Amino acid sequence: MDFSWIFSYWPLLAAGAVQTVLLLVISVGFGFILAIGLALAQVIGPRWLKPFARGYCTCLRGTPLLIQLWLLYYGVGSLLPMIPGLRASFLWPILREGFFFAAVSFTLNYAAYEAEVLRGALLAVPKGELEAGRSFGMSPFTLLRRIWLPRAIRIALPTIAGEVVLQLKATPLAFTVTVMDLYAVAYKVRQDTLLVYEPLMVVTVFYVCLTLLITRAFKIVEAQVPVRR
Amino acid sequence: MSSSQSLLELLSPYPPGWGGVLLAGALSTVLISLGAYLVGIAIGLVGAVGKLKGNRPARFVLDLYTTAVRAIPELILIIGLYYAGTDGLNRILSALGLPAIEINGFVAAVAVLGIVQGAYMTEVFRGAILAIPVGQIEAAAAFGMRPRLRFRRIVLPALMPNALPGLANLWMSVTKDSALIAVVGYQELALATRIAAGNTKHYFLFFLASAALYLAITLISNVAFAALESRFRRGQPTTA
Repeated sequence: MDFSWIFSYWPLLAAGAVQTVLLLVISVGFGFILAIGLALAQVIGPRWLKPFARGYCTCLRGTPLLIQLWLLYYGVGSLLPMIPGLRASFLWPILREGFFFAAVSFTLNYAAYEAEVLRGALLAVPKGELEAGRSFGMSPFTLLRRIWLPRAIRIALPTIAGEVVLQLKATPLAFTVTVMDLYAVAYKVRQDTLLVYEPLMVVTVFYVCLTLLITRAFKIVEAQVPVRR
Repeated sequence: MSSSQSLLELLSPYPPGWGGVLLAGALSTVLISLGAYLVGIAIGLVGAVGKLKGNRPARFVLDLYTTAVRAIPELILIIGLYYAGTDGLNRILSALGLPAIEINGFVAAVAVLGIVQGAYMTEVFRGAILAIPVGQIEAAAAFGMRPRLRFRRIVLPALMPNALPGLANLWMSVTKDSALIAVVGYQELALATRIAAGNTKHYFLFFLASAALYLAITLISNVAFAALESRFRRGQPTTA
């Protein structure tokens, strides 16, 4: 066991950790917003919208994230330069990065899983609470903002914690599209120093710590709104 | 029209087209998943019984195993186990004075994914066993059934309906996790797609095609598991 490489690689490791956390935060943040829309479309959306939302969830949950990522990066990525004017535009430096494609595909994928969770939670909110809100004269939007959504999110919170951890464990896939995330750094260390296990172990410790941190954070949030059993 | 014609030709199953490569990849994806799933079920059953009935060190080791596997990203686990497994086996062989062997990619893939699946299976089976009414097991014991017979005749059939939803989830996740094997270089659907796409430069077409194949696997499995569950739940009262 030789860990002396850590001293020369720690800036890279830190940068990789930032990339990993950034991917997680972006995909969970935007994915959650998208998921609320998808779940609402399935629960109260107009009739024509429901099959689209359901089809989206089925397709993204039915195919591997790796394939979705590669479809975006290699597939859409190879089509993008054909759009006239795009390569000259200010967006191009972002659009050619693997990080952009990783963030987009993780977001879309997370939204599909989260939408299913939220759909179940929205349906699990007791009818009486919604009726009480309505009888107070709340408009549908106020009802959604003040009662339905907060209650649904509280119900779904333990599942959401699990989904966030799963999402964290999916982020190393970004290394296959040239993102220098934490795992990619471990890969580079392996190539430079020919050490196979040590970098993997260091990276693993980081992921496990982050997992513990996420579960702890969700425990604290859950404790804010205790549920009577 | 000629371009759509050539796109269809690219997907044709005969050599100028790459459809055959994709289908072969899909077959090996299904075979790897099936193998890993069976390995996982075996590990899971042993692990669940060990967690419930085992002594303290056994329980500690099993807890460590399930927690570690579920906390470490699959990609890292697969790559770590793949290299550590092949390397470790060869070291043991050389310590025993035997020549080193080249480990078959298929066997390694099945073993690695099976170990990952086993951890999740352990938890699924543990929950399913705990959900069996204690009276049923006590009744079997009162009839003088030995533990092994009791497990085979009472516990196993009674836990299946409880475990099936979890088992179905795990099957879906192993078919998708098997795509990660592409990263260590064994040719299954994901890698076959990448090779086909790289050779023809039609990235979008081929990744879409392989996504469709994965989706087909998932949808067919959905139907199969629904049928299986209704079979295992026969004779049980239906809710509502």
